[in-house]
Amino acid sequence: MKRSDYPLAETAPHDVKGQRGKAYADITLDAVISGDVTMEDLRITPQALRAQASIARDVNRPTLAKNFERGAELVAVPQEFIMQCYELLRPGRAKSKDDLLAAARTMRDTYEATDIAAFIEEAAQAYEERGLFVKRF
Amino acid sequence: MSHTPNRWKRYADWDARPLRLDRFAAEDPAHGFSAFSSPADPKPGIGIKAGRVISIDGVLERDFDMIDRFIARHHLDLDIALEAMAMDSGEVARMLVDMHVPREKLVRLAHGMTPAKLADVVSRLNALEIAFAYSKMRARKTPGNQAHVTNAKDDPLQLAADAATAVAFGFDEIETTMRVSRNAWSNALACAVGGAVGRWGTLFQCSSEEAEELRIGMAGFTSYAETVSVYGTEKSFTDGDDTPWSKAFLAAAYASRGIKMRCTSGAGSELLMGFHESKSLLYLEARCLCLQRGMGVQGTQNGGIDGAPVTATVPGGVRELMAENLIAVWLDLECASGNDARTTESEIRVGAKILPYLVAGSDLICSGFGSILAYDNSFNPSLFNGEELEDYLVLQRDFEADGGLTPLPESRATELRQRAVEALGAVFDELGLAQATDKMKGSVVAASGSLETESFTPREASIISEKIKEQGLDVVAVIKALAKRGFREEAENLLAVVKLRLSGDYLQTSAMVRDGRIVSAINDPNDYLGPGSGYRVSEERRLELNSIRDVIDQKEVLRQEAQHEKPEKARIGYKSLGEAHPGDAKNEVVIGISPAFGLKLFQTTAGHNLSEILSTLTGAIKARGLKPRIVRFNHTADTSFLGLSAARLSGSGIGIGIQAKGTAVIHQRDRLPHNNLELFSNAPITRIEHYKGMGSNAAAYALGEMPEPIVVPTKGEAMGSRYHARTALIYAIETELTREGAAPEEIEVSFKS
Repeated sequence: MKRSDYPLAETAPHDVKGQRGKAYADITLDAVISGDVTMEDLRITPQALRAQASIARDVNRPTLAKNFERGAELVAVPQEFIMQCYELLRPGRAKSKDDLLAAARTMRDTYEATDIAAFIEEAAQAYEERGLFVKRF
Repeated sequence: MSHTPNRWKRYADWDARPLRLDRFAAEDPAHGFSAFSSPADPKPGIGIKAGRVISIDGVLERDFDMIDRFIARHHLDLDIALEAMAMDSGEVARMLVDMHVPREKLVRLAHGMTPAKLADVVSRLNALEIAFAYSKMRARKTPGNQAHVTNAKDDPLQLAADAATAVAFGFDEIETTMRVSRNAWSNALACAVGGAVGRWGTLFQCSSEEAEELRIGMAGFTSYAETVSVYGTEKSFTDGDDTPWSKAFLAAAYASRGIKMRCTSGAGSELLMGFHESKSLLYLEARCLCLQRGMGVQGTQNGGIDGAPVTATVPGGVRELMAENLIAVWLDLECASGNDARTTESEIRVGAKILPYLVAGSDLICSGFGSILAYDNSFNPSLFNGEELEDYLVLQRDFEADGGLTPLPESRATELRQRAVEALGAVFDELGLAQATDKMKGSVVAASGSLETESFTPREASIISEKIKEQGLDVVAVIKALAKRGFREEAENLLAVVKLRLSGDYLQTSAMVRDGRIVSAINDPNDYLGPGSGYRVSEERRLELNSIRDVIDQKEVLRQEAQHEKPEKARIGYKSLGEAHPGDAKNEVVIGISPAFGLKLFQTTAGHNLSEILSTLTGAIKARGLKPRIVRFNHTADTSFLGLSAARLSGSGIGIGIQAKGTAVIHQRDRLPHNNLELFSNAPITRIEHYKGMGSNAAAYALGEMPEPIVVPTKGEAMGSRYHARTALIYAIETELTREGAAPEEIEVSFKS
């Protein structure tokens, strides 16, 4: 994917799909009214995020691309677990490095979220060195 | 007895000005009060060994705090760092303001620069250079703007009406927040519905607690988030209850839900949180911004934000706010450039603060323009609020600068507000959330602010909010409800916004929606390379910016004058007796009237009928036992020449010259044209009593006396701004009637009762 593929909704309205496979172009008001469209159809897919990542890289925004790739990994992760990990990453929530490493393992093993797992592990290392595993409240 | 005053009273006058409510802080780097440089700021520097950053700005790797560590790992591009860091800061500063150096070249260098280096470069620019560099470096070409939509009662009906109004004014984003945090769902639904009235494409966020905000986003009510704050010191960060990793994780979570997101940072936050490490505001902010690029967020809300007021108390603080915004765009981040929290009580400081942004343009000029009244702004008053929105529209017109807004005709505003409350009322009814009565809706449509509404209370909003949350309602349910109740257009509009998240196109840098299309730094990149390039106001857009209300033109002036014609003709008659000649009666005073006087123009700019002016002047002259003579001149409409010409025809050598708009002089035949005896130049404030004095003094001069000149008191009104457009149009009507060499006419005036 390159700069010229952007915006995807205009260049490829039939290839952009929701999580149940319904194409962007088929999500119409009448489809919503008839009950054919749910929030699941309005959720972004890992494919779309990876496409945006490659476009971002093409326009020299590598850090943004990485964020989209981490996002792609989180698409399938349930909201509760995402919020649980976010909470653990906040200062003083994890009692020790192990809590974070366990979360990273789940990300890697259960959700194949390897970049996210590495990212959480990197945080665990940083928190340990900066003494962040202290009780805050 | 001494009368030596102990005070110049001008200081008392100054004490009474709003400015004196602002408090200013002394420069004090040790305590964090320093805008651009502090002895504690590090010198720029980088150490790289075997593909690893071993020092940043003088800090060795083993001493890296979380921020250094994150910047080293995620921001710095080691392929560029040595080259970029070796460059002379002065040279880079010149590149920033050199229109021949393309933006991409500078963005590439920023990828390899440390916070101290970025700060060192931009601190070399003065305010004008910063504004120019900002204009060149911002990511997207077309400027935009963001509004706050909140109210003091969390009243959903008012939120819907105000969201619709904000959308109609052209805001690209609207942001709400609550007085009572559990009202978040009600606020979100109300703004989502209101924001779908009139057109589609305005992005919407509901600023609330992090987890709640993400849930509301997932339910489809909101389309972006920006209150993901980062800080420039480690202790501030942990007191803010986050770390660079937790915030970066949140950024990825937003991306995974297809929700646009930017971070927030700004000077002064570390100062307010008590952990500034005695560093300058700019240096700390440069750290925040490098961090944000490293996190991979597309943009930042930056430029003081909540810390803007304290930053503005510091010498150079406002320039610092501009400088940090420049670093943000130089790092290739979308910039919602502050101009939100009101930094001052002085309207002059407000206008000065906004101007560089207005002329430079910005992705979002204000990251929260208060579209509502100041007291309804639940974020605290903005730099500009509903009260001052028209001032902003006029600034756009003055500078032909696109500030992202478009004037809204009054009738259209009412129409949209009505539609918005009807739509939300229908959704509430359809989903069993609440009953909005006609009385409630009516009060909201008309209300300028929540003090005037009889609508939902904060408690009722909480009940609605809890129901939305408990029933697990999402935007699909709202779209269906809208469609079912006949609000098909609004349903389409709302669906279009939610569909944005499918492709993720609007997750890219500086994305907004214009005319139903995504416009971002990718398909609308800022290509400034000097005059004629970059963003230019098109002729079509210029006409839109010009379309403020109550604009006058000659047609309008003539229409207003024509209304007075008939009643004036019932009061006064002007009969021409043929050419006027010089008189020899020592007891006469000639009143020279202008070409359109009483023929096409009938009132002075103060609103006095010309019949009353003439009867007053002639009455006052007669009262001194002298004889008024009225002569119409057709060769000139200029007051001085009318007066001098009248004096030259007058047997006493004294004449009055008066234009239809009421400007007048008393003249004497031997004087130079502009060296009159008395001038009455401020017609709009010249009252009948002054015209009486004019007649009386003219008579006195004719009698050889030296009267006290009439002084028309002024309170310092900006007479030019109030009247000059009209005056110039009126004067043109007079000059159009003049003919070179035309003879004066003797006029017999008859007053009718």
